[in-house]
Amino acid sequence: MGHKTVLYSTHQAMGGKLVDFGGWDMPLHYGSQLEEHHKVRRAAGMFDVSHMTVVDVRGEEAKAYLQLLLANDVSRIDNKFGKALYSAMLNPQGGVIDDLIVYNMDGWYRTVVNCGTREKDLAWMNSIAVDFKVELQVRDDLAMIAVQGPDAIALTKQTLSKERAELIDSLAVFQGGESGEWFIARTGYTGEDGLEIMLPDTEAVAFWQALVDIGVAVCGLAARDTLRLEAGMNLYGHEMDDNVSPLVANMGWTIAWEPAQRNFIGRAVIEAEKAAGVQQKLVGLVLRERGVLRAEQVVSVEGCDQQGVITSGTFSPSLGYSIALARVPATIGSHCQVNMRGKQVTVEVVKPGFVRNGKSML
Amino acid sequence: MSEIRKELKYLSSHEWARLEEDGTVTIGITDHAQEALGDVVFVEVPEVGSTVNVGEEAGVVESVKAASDIYSLVSGEVIEVNELLQDAPETVNSSPYDDGWFFRVRPDDLDELENALDADDYRSAIEDEE
Repeated sequence: MGHKTVLYSTHQAMGGKLVDFGGWDMPLHYGSQLEEHHKVRRAAGMFDVSHMTVVDVRGEEAKAYLQLLLANDVSRIDNKFGKALYSAMLNPQGGVIDDLIVYNMDGWYRTVVNCGTREKDLAWMNSIAVDFKVELQVRDDLAMIAVQGPDAIALTKQTLSKERAELIDSLAVFQGGESGEWFIARTGYTGEDGLEIMLPDTEAVAFWQALVDIGVAVCGLAARDTLRLEAGMNLYGHEMDDNVSPLVANMGWTIAWEPAQRNFIGRAVIEAEKAAGVQQKLVGLVLRERGVLRAEQVVSVEGCDQQGVITSGTFSPSLGYSIALARVPATIGSHCQVNMRGKQVTVEVVKPGFVRNGKSML
Repeated sequence: MSEIRKELKYLSSHEWARLEEDGTVTIGITDHAQEALGDVVFVEVPEVGSTVNVGEEAGVVESVKAASDIYSLVSGEVIEVNELLQDAPETVNSSPYDDGWFFRVRPDDLDELENALDADDYRSAIEDEE
């Protein structure tokens, strides 16, 4: 019996198969994860993501605090109200404590961190905040619903006021805006266009129902995973964790090395790693024959003693075959071998990203 | 509660067997199994003409979530396999006892079916799981 979001009874009533996720009872699917996945790629589907942790950062030194705390630099979103920034939060050993999004709210910042890392993140963020004129406020009063797919924005607008529809029209990709107590962002975890909407708990059930009524499909965690993996997006605990450097998790691009004088936690370690030459990298794997690649399967690279490991694997509903992300020796070529249930199977190596805008990138 | 058919025999590993009029035995997986697996994406069945043995892996059913070995309830020669499952593996989910059958065996010894569970025993076996 775990935590429940405000939509728990709704999920039950709609036939959700409820499972534990990071201490929360969440819907895995509502019948068929494959159908839910296709609905998102072809029309519109929605996810209850209220289990995620929202932390608002306010105060005179909010910016300086975040510039120390995060490996990416919030200066990058200066003067862009509502703009989002994806960043790693590192420990002093250069490992990833969490990945998160931070929004510039013009005078303050909103961060969204993972559910499974909540206690660890809050303890860490509070410990660093001690030295700054900054206040952290956890927003457990907010629910969050992600509506994703080519029809997501159009359908969502139909359920909202003229004012909110106009706000949505004004949003660039990776930007959010406030409307009353709602915060609407054009972000997502599926590779499709769409919105992630934070709203008071008390309004979540009615909004969810309105979206159902307008034709948005209800989707669970299983579809969420196949969608994000097709989009080449990391999942904390798989592609990275406290002991994994961002440089081997396809997060090098999120590190703001400039300005060189910005000291962020973990900088020294990953800077040295970069200087010495990074030994591993995160790649995509594709298996065009039958079978499903799975996390923890071992990867062998010809001519290399070091082995790699699959960090996430699944069947790709949009492609019709199996895909994976794997941390492998940096010298890997175009193919490698994966130990699948005792058999060595040859797979193709690609960049981490398989489907974009509903189409294969392969 | 998942569907369990009275006339079939079962293994606790969630396979079912149906004794056909011509004395052959059809094998598949139960409603409980397909529900637990989730969407099936690949099915591996034995080759026609090959031999299957009770207690040995005869095939594999793979869902997005997990891969699971399939066991036969009888030993004998495989005389037919369900080709439909190659192109439409989701049939296992939608029709586990009818269109979603896996393979058919000419049994060496029908007495082997006596060792399998009947519907009531299978129901008891899975009651704890459901």
